[in-house]
Amino acid sequence: MPDHDSLVRIKDLSFSYDERPVLDGINMEIPRGKVVAIMGGSGCGKTTLLRLIGGQLKPTRGDVLVDGRAVNRMGHEELYALRRRMGMLFQFGALFTDISVFENVAYQMREHTDLPEELIRDLTLLKLNAVGLRGAHARMPGELSGGQARRVALARSIALDPMLMMYDEPFTGLDPISLGVIGQLIRKLNDALGATSIMVTHDIHESLQIVDYIYFMSAGRVVAQGTPDEIRASTDPFVHQFVNAEADGPVPFHYPAPPYGEELLRGAAHG
Amino acid sequence: MASRMLDLVAALGHRLNEKLIRLGFATRFFFMLLVYSGQSFTRLHLTIREIYFSGVLSLLIILVSGLFVGLVLGLQGYETLQRYGSSDALGVLVALSLTRELGPVVAGLLFASRAGSSVTAEIGLMKATEQLTAMDMMAVNPIARVVAPRFWGGVIAMPLLAAMFSAMGVFGGYLIGVVFIGVDEGAFWSQMQSSVDFREDIVNGVIKSFVFGVAVSLIAVFEGYDSAPTAEGVSRAITRTVVTSALAILALDFVLTSFMFRGV
Ligand SMILES: Nc1ncnc2c1ncn2[C@@H]1O[C@H](COP(=O)(O)OP(=O)(O)OP(=O)(O)O)[C@@H](O)[C@H]1O
Ligand SMILES: [Mg+2]
Repeated sequence: MPDHDSLVRIKDLSFSYDERPVLDGINMEIPRGKVVAIMGGSGCGKTTLLRLIGGQLKPTRGDVLVDGRAVNRMGHEELYALRRRMGMLFQFGALFTDISVFENVAYQMREHTDLPEELIRDLTLLKLNAVGLRGAHARMPGELSGGQARRVALARSIALDPMLMMYDEPFTGLDPISLGVIGQLIRKLNDALGATSIMVTHDIHESLQIVDYIYFMSAGRVVAQGTPDEIRASTDPFVHQFVNAEADGPVPFHYPAPPYGEELLRGAAHG
Repeated sequence: MASRMLDLVAALGHRLNEKLIRLGFATRFFFMLLVYSGQSFTRLHLTIREIYFSGVLSLLIILVSGLFVGLVLGLQGYETLQRYGSSDALGVLVALSLTRELGPVVAGLLFASRAGSSVTAEIGLMKATEQLTAMDMMAVNPIARVVAPRFWGGVIAMPLLAAMFSAMGVFGGYLIGVVFIGVDEGAFWSQMQSSVDFREDIVNGVIKSFVFGVAVSLIAVFEGYDSAPTAEGVSRAITRTVVTSALAILALDFVLTSFMFRGV
């Protein structure tokens, strides 16, 4: 991937929870203005990677550069200044449950701007309209379905028109119609705002249609990458397994464990 | 045998070490809480909302309990005083017990179980559902926005609740003593007025309730913020809030009392 104008640059990034390594020597370039997908098996460290980009976790080795500055070396003030220009959709929504849908979306406008009330109202309804939930603005988050809650979370994450958007599985829990609409929305927002988007997803077919570049991760490493066309034409076993949803292949379905037969025998011996 | 002993010492040391780390973390947390408290006062509505939640919503249980404690004090106090023929001093006894001890202590215990536990639950659940992380990612400091207003709300509410508890208790004592048993009303009030000292009794009582308010609120917000982000973790944090607050109140009460009334 051309690396002359990257908004996010990840260099030799490693990370461990306590002693257990999760990411191991990741290198990535996220060019300005593009939508980049990160794919990989469950538990391979995608959410962890987003948290590192957002500065919530500190790498054990390597750097995350956003707009040329190392996120992992920023002080509190600088990090917060950067985060105001970042939007993040959390894997589980993370809506504020004590305030309404409307107030959730308006939250950052109230916290970070001095916009007059009418303008906040118009902007908030506009964002909610984009995800098809303007009619639900007075509801509380607890009264929404899973897919609706994620769409509200999406509206909230784009509330301040951030320059860098990070979506952690934006398509989970969506029906095929909403999925298509949200996919298009992510693309359109990115292009209209001149923003840059990183999207963690399992939905290879949707991503092939809307993204500019795809990284495949497995066991904390980048194992394949390319544009949608390259991915479609790829003979790489990782990519092949993913695109065709095969259980057997280089991406393990199982969490590391001793052989099953052995474990059953051991259980029998104890019992 | 020797190795068993060694294991025991090692385990003990490990436990102690863990406690020390937690204490260090709590101290740092308290420091951060103070540093980021500015917003609680510049955006007063945040704190007022918490005063409402922890104060007004505890009001009923405080008033009812205060009344019952006053009624019991009236009965027990009369029973004892009349043996010495000094049942006129009932007002003094009721008022002093309440302002010096029972008001701050019992109101503190009730406050911990009613408001403290719900603050812990709220913050713990916000943490477990990633709401605090989301807030932090939006460049809104969760300590400034969520923790500090709840802390100050509790600190402000607690002395007011203790005062209301005491007032209600005095009323309870009056009901039993004067209305039902027939102690002389004039003596009841005038002796109370002349014997209860503003500086010695009232102010010291208010200081106590303020200190308890700080302790309970700090324990409640810390346990919530430090809870394991699971259902089980939150429920354990709530239990710890109630137990630790109760111990803290009783221990602090002893310390404060020994300083305040040592000349008496
Ligand atoms: N707070 C944590 N403490 C310890 N280990 C963790 C923690 N969070 C995640 N992990 C571990 O780190 C690894 C990567 O987790 P991560 O959440 O990044 O996976 P993911 O790629 O987002 O998976 P999914 O697609 O299922 O969301 C997993 O093996 C997980 O068990
Ligand atoms: Mg994930």
